[in-house]
Amino acid sequence: MSTVFIAFQTNEDTRPIVESILADNPHAVLDEQPAMVKINAEGQLVIKRESIEERIGRNFDLQELQINLITLSGNIDEDDDQFTLAWKN
Amino acid sequence: MDMKANKKKLGLKEKYAHMTRGLDWQTTYQPMDKVFPQATFEGIKIHDWEKWEDPFRLTMDAYWKYQAEKERKLYAVLDAFAQNNGHLGITDARYLNAVKLFLTGISPLEYVAHRGFAAAGRNFPGVGPRVACLMQSIDEIRHAQTQIHALSNYNKFYEGFHAGAAHQIERIWYLSVPKSFFDDAFSAGPFEWMIAIGFSFEYVLTNLLFVPFMSGAAYNGDMATVTFGFSAQSDEARHMTLGLECIKFMLEQDPDNLPIVQKWIDKWAWRGIRVLTLVGMMMDYMLPKRVMSWKEAWEIYFEQNGGALFNDLAKYGIKVPDCITQCTVDKEHISHQAWCTFYQYAHASAFHTWLPNAEEMDWLSAKYPNTFDKYYRPRYEQWREMADKGERFYNNTLPMLCQVCQIPMVFTEPDDPSKICYRESDYQGEKYHTCSDGCKHIFDDEPEKYIQAWLPVHQIYQGNCWPEGTDPTAEGFDPMAKVLEWYHIENGKDNLDYEGSGDQANFAAWRGAATQNT
Repeated sequence: MSTVFIAFQTNEDTRPIVESILADNPHAVLDEQPAMVKINAEGQLVIKRESIEERIGRNFDLQELQINLITLSGNIDEDDDQFTLAWKN
Repeated sequence: MDMKANKKKLGLKEKYAHMTRGLDWQTTYQPMDKVFPQATFEGIKIHDWEKWEDPFRLTMDAYWKYQAEKERKLYAVLDAFAQNNGHLGITDARYLNAVKLFLTGISPLEYVAHRGFAAAGRNFPGVGPRVACLMQSIDEIRHAQTQIHALSNYNKFYEGFHAGAAHQIERIWYLSVPKSFFDDAFSAGPFEWMIAIGFSFEYVLTNLLFVPFMSGAAYNGDMATVTFGFSAQSDEARHMTLGLECIKFMLEQDPDNLPIVQKWIDKWAWRGIRVLTLVGMMMDYMLPKRVMSWKEAWEIYFEQNGGALFNDLAKYGIKVPDCITQCTVDKEHISHQAWCTFYQYAHASAFHTWLPNAEEMDWLSAKYPNTFDKYYRPRYEQWREMADKGERFYNNTLPMLCQVCQIPMVFTEPDDPSKICYRESDYQGEKYHTCSDGCKHIFDDEPEKYIQAWLPVHQIYQGNCWPEGTDPTAEGFDPMAKVLEWYHIENGKDNLDYEGSGDQANFAAWRGAATQNT
């Protein structure tokens, strides 16, 4: 199984996003680097709009992820409710 | 009269479909193949452009909204940086030499990428990739501009920033390496461009460039570079996705595309890896506070992440490029070989060099247990001894360059690190030299292209690198001084050792003034 990852700038906007990802993906591993937070996960990683909205108390458009995104790896599947990264092998 | 809107907003998928399809038309008074003359000559067969899908489903309205947000954030930080003497917060002014290399070597590539994606967008007959190329083209010019803006603040205080991103890329010997890489891609067709830049550079290699570089900037207190770097990198995730999508699209459209795509992957992986030698050197030698070694970054971002990618592409029949065997050997050598070269040619470089100190050499020994103490530490110790005796070593012979990657012949044989590696090809009665099997293979496949290379050393010897009106027969003519003048390198200010430089003295004085009242 291959590892997918996503990395964000470390800031107040991404803190609830990272918390949501870790809550929704128990197999994910947090890797904190200078100014950057990277989340690695075997096979697949799912980011859910609802989980982020619960934490920030407002509507969230998953495309807002673009603002603080640094890099990612894996095939992307995105719709209004969730953003998935996966290696299908 | 306002219309009453009572329907729910369009979903992401519907919006993407409406805003990226049906935007073009079939021509009537010109045949389509004349309107898109570059769409077929490379041999790539596309049957249905509608199959193209951008996984991010980004549309122009959303694009402007998020890009504007990124710009506001970036320029707020740049103002704060300038207003608060942010340049004095860096670890050590040695660090700025990495930034000089970035500004002169990388920022101009962003500008060429802007032009290249605009051209690719123009030349693809499909609407989906055209929209994606348009966005990437605008991203790339944004990167060039924000990098120049962010780094212009350093130009107020330090040497070597004055020629900026435009002048030196056309002239300086080591900058021909990144320049020729992009020239090679831009002078190919639109599909090869997408594999070269969209896939190999953006997907396979960009993490090695930006992530360690920007983490390194953060580690070394360079708020300006971190901010433009991360702002640019937020676009890179989209670029990487475009590159991957493009390759899958080509492979799914026709089985005949596979060998062509494989050949380009092999070529551009090797071309890109050679260019990244400069990044390896930056990570191992130029950051006063280091994040990780080049070898570690290579293992995470190339071997592991690239491995996952090639596993995914295996279902199409794509194989890992052949050059990987050599890269596994090279990862323990290239950063050292590059820094040794710049140390010897510090008089002809637009930044300062130095010998690693004792603590830095121990770090290198720990990170490179198989190679550093055996091959490179003795070299640095010898040069240290010579410098201490007042005989600082400069190499005054211009090196032979590789006809393809244009890097001086400084790399060693994969099975013998004490022997310089070079390969020779004959073409139309002339001999051409390359630095490796990888570059020789690329040369032999398209010699008619690479014999046209503008090789800086050849050009200097031919007398093409002096200011206009120079008379090489005049008494006391000094060719090296004239070349530096033509490079816009101020001899004694921008070049030579960091030790004893204006940057070193000024940084110490200004930082002192910032913490004391006298």
